Amino acid sequence: MHIKQELTERHVLTLTVDNEAGTLARIAGMFTSRGYNIDSLTVADISEDHTTSRITIVTKGPPPVIDQIIAQCERLIPVHKVTDLTEAGPHVERELALVKVNGTGDQRVEAMRLADIYRARVIDATVNSFIFEITGGPEKIDTFVSLMREVGLVEVGRTGIVGLMRGADAS
Amino acid sequence: MPEKSGAEILIDILVEQGVDTVFGYPGGAVLPIYDALFQHKKIKHVLVRHEAGAAHSAEGYARATGKPGVVLVTSGPGATNAVTGIADAFMDSIPLIVLTGQVATNLIGSDAFQEADTVGITRHCSKHNYLVKDPAELSAVVREAFVIATKGRPGPVVIDIPKNVQVATASTDVKSPARSRFTYAGEADYAEINRAVELIANAKAPILYTGGGIINSGPTASEALRELAELTGAPVTSTLMGLGAYPASGEAWLGMLGMHGTYEANMAMNQCDVMVCLGARFDDRVTGRLDAFSPNSIKIHVDIDRSSMNKTVRVDLPIVADVGMAMRQMIDVWKGRKYKTQPLTEWWSRITGWRAVDCLSYPGSTQEIMPQYAIERLFEATKDKAPIITTEVGQHQMWAAQHFHFDAPNKWLTSGGLGTMGYGLPAAIGAQMGNPDALVIDIAGEASIQMNIQEMATASQYRLPVKVFILNNEWMGMVRQWQELTYESRYSESYSDSLPDFVALAEAYGWKGIRCDDPAKLDDAIAEMLAHDGPVMFDCRVHKTSNCFPMIPSGAAHTDMILHADQVSGTMDDEAKALV
Repeated sequence: MHIKQELTERHVLTLTVDNEAGTLARIAGMFTSRGYNIDSLTVADISEDHTTSRITIVTKGPPPVIDQIIAQCERLIPVHKVTDLTEAGPHVERELALVKVNGTGDQRVEAMRLADIYRARVIDATVNSFIFEITGGPEKIDTFVSLMREVGLVEVGRTGIVGLMRGADAS
Repeated sequence: MPEKSGAEILIDILVEQGVDTVFGYPGGAVLPIYDALFQHKKIKHVLVRHEAGAAHSAEGYARATGKPGVVLVTSGPGATNAVTGIADAFMDSIPLIVLTGQVATNLIGSDAFQEADTVGITRHCSKHNYLVKDPAELSAVVREAFVIATKGRPGPVVIDIPKNVQVATASTDVKSPARSRFTYAGEADYAEINRAVELIANAKAPILYTGGGIINSGPTASEALRELAELTGAPVTSTLMGLGAYPASGEAWLGMLGMHGTYEANMAMNQCDVMVCLGARFDDRVTGRLDAFSPNSIKIHVDIDRSSMNKTVRVDLPIVADVGMAMRQMIDVWKGRKYKTQPLTEWWSRITGWRAVDCLSYPGSTQEIMPQYAIERLFEATKDKAPIITTEVGQHQMWAAQHFHFDAPNKWLTSGGLGTMGYGLPAAIGAQMGNPDALVIDIAGEASIQMNIQEMATASQYRLPVKVFILNNEWMGMVRQWQELTYESRYSESYSDSLPDFVALAEAYGWKGIRCDDPAKLDDAIAEMLAHDGPVMFDCRVHKTSNCFPMIPSGAAHTDMILHADQVSGTMDDEAKALV
């Protein structure tokens, strides 16, 4: 007997949650305990009175599992609203990355040239290193990072995705 | 401004919430609360002998009374011992408030004596939990906890209270409202109800598949079910958790469905054209092999929990609502549209054919007590007394579900989802606390009963006349049965060796002990048990190798039931072995 694998879809979910101790553990732990995937997760306080946070989760699963994930999230007491951006329609996704590159001579020039093409900004520099700041969709950042590997990549920090619906309405 | 300690505030709110009974065990981190409870006039504390007993007793109390059960235990081992009961209540949707002591806030995280991360440990086996860090928050938290535990789909809520928060004071002037962030389903959408009623009214072979949600929705939900069954003329089956919602003596009753359900219930589920799932959740014990589950039916699912919809079985019409309200709406629509009750003659004649299989029959014996016979005789002797039955987990539980018959809700207390051995005795104690005049019987197995046998002392202390009826076959019978079916009778560790003398044990705890191994003397022995005004342990020595049938083997469809022992092969392929 072998373990069967199912075809999965990528979905971006946003959750409006109470900003209180344990909320993140409750959500992240629920994903683990029910065997769901988390590709990326971001969380930050978004309200004026600091009572509400917004969590963006990128997950993968077959459609019925995605439906279950949303229902299970909604079942948690501190979770007020769950939106499946992927299902809801046109939306924007952005991620920020910091990318450190070491190098001298031609390698250093090439890193700068590529950074320029990708509209990455230099936010730290020494005689043999740069830190670039880049924002964009996850694919753009993936591509940029893989290019930097050729020109002296040292390390990468990524925020994970945040997303909003396009248009005038709140998601 | 008047101030009270956290412990006093807690007790005040419990009284405000109508709590009259608390099941608990003291320890260092809850001493301030125990001091506030000392000789309290309104709250009766029941001292259990192990914190697992406290949680299961509270479950039994909740299930039998419809009120939330309250547990009070100390930090560390007190809390971890209660975890099984919390997980059990979570699976079976039982409202519990579990109050756990915690080390002082300044010691949290320091590996202090009797420190455990209670909120971390219980996070995914409770409906919600709290760590209260300020006595000023206590009243709002406890009020919200009661709402969360009892409303919507009920469940356990854990409140972890550090010792210094119990001692520190806060103003009692502030009327902290219960926070209103928790929302839950109520009435169903009428468009959905209309569609459901149309489907049922036009069905040729409908079935009502009912579950524990109807019990949780309250007695009026059981009444609505009876009316709905009568109006529609549809047969009724139930999960293990829903027994009693529809009377077993009712004409439409098919018996329990699922792995050890009746032939007629499972065949009707397989062959129906419209299935109405009411407060049940398509558990794997019910569905059997999913791709062969009721292949030709339109499925309507009424559940208060949105996450139960399409979790394992895709349904055609999901209705998120309180099942009692939804059934009442269906009745109103049915009557409003003046639908006639369909005779469903062909459907019922097929059901009559399935009933004729007489799937619950078993080989009789004049030499030995057959376990099914013991349950039958117990039922006959007690049916006029409206007994509350609790069980442990295993063969005896399934035989009780098959051969004891329930006509009313809140009379059948069993661990369905988690399947916790050791549930029955403490649950019986809790049920008896909530119903002092009721006849409460724990139908047990000789293996399960030993898992919380220390609770005999609790029954003695509070003079609770619970009866423990042990079907003693000297085996972990369900384990042995599976080993027989799946592992060619290699009985790995399933023999109950070194059993205690249950009669002597009963007497040691101040109980009455009765032993019977003769079918001719069984009725007299049961009468003797019932006549005793105090706790009784009944060691019923039954046929040792009986197996529980009918049975749908794991990985099989409803139509592949094993009806009798001679149909058993003794082997199973790996796909089936991998299923629980």
